Amino acid sequence: MIFEVFRQERKGQPFAHAGSIEAPDAAFADAWAREQYGRRGESEALWLVPRDSVHQITEWADEFDLKYRRVDGYSIKSRLKEARERAGNTSAVDR
Amino acid sequence: MNARATLLLSIADDELILGWRDSEWTGIAPTLEEDVAFSSIAQNEIGHARALYELAAVELGSDADALAFDRPPEEYRCAPFVELRLMDWAHTIARRYLYEEADRVRLDALRRSDDTELAGLAAKIDREEVYHRMHAEMWAARLRDEPRFRAAVNELWPYALGVLEPQQRAELARRVGLSDESSQAVERGEHTPELTELWNEMTEVRRSVPGASW
Repeated sequence: MIFEVFRQERKGQPFAHAGSIEAPDAAFADAWAREQYGRRGESEALWLVPRDSVHQITEWADEFDLKYRRVDGYSIKSRLKEARERAGNTSAVDR
Repeated sequence: MNARATLLLSIADDELILGWRDSEWTGIAPTLEEDVAFSSIAQNEIGHARALYELAAVELGSDADALAFDRPPEEYRCAPFVELRLMDWAHTIARRYLYEEADRVRLDALRRSDDTELAGLAAKIDREEVYHRMHAEMWAARLRDEPRFRAAVNELWPYALGVLEPQQRAELARRVGLSDESSQAVERGEHTPELTELWNEMTEVRRSVPGASW
């Protein structure tokens, strides 16, 4: 069995894919992953997920090229800057 | 040497020599994952040895490195069980399994000891041993019906008995489902020729420049 290993570096952080472990069962995967990904104190927690349990999506339908759904070319940075300036120039009394 | 120092050295020597023997698998264990796990466990055992040597060193006015490396092989207190060179996985796992079970019996007794320093260290060591036992027991469960593994366990059983004091052996027998009465334990005190070979290699660097600090 192949187990995908997800590692959390510190409490509260998201789990990130760290690699995979090939093991005959969950007990071996536990013992091996513990040493492979935790022996140096580098992990707060691990998730071991049998690869078969991962539901993967790689096919995407975008037949009509719906560009307006995307943000390409739309500079949020400059608009954000403008908005901030406006907010800064507006005094509480004016509101 | 008093009884406390003798006891500390016996356990420390067991852990050091077994850690050394098991580390001989680094790079050649059956799978990459097992290689990492097995090597890490071997390192842990050497870490336990260090902590025990440090306690013994206070008692003996020495230091951990001197106790680990500067005694002649005949003064080591380890059981013959840990000295054997078993370059075969069935025997290696059989020894790991039997040793962990024996070590559990020994640590359980130490944790209940009136010697609070030793009891505290035993409890600390045991928190790591939980994972060593998990590793050993999963292998034992997997290989239980494998004739080579069964033969190895039976062959090593008299050696495993020698790790423990006579009064602790029935408990070990019960745990692993073997009889402590039909086998003559290979006792601590005599050494196998393998220990001298191991000692020569283990102390080679330290002996090359006596007194150097590393």
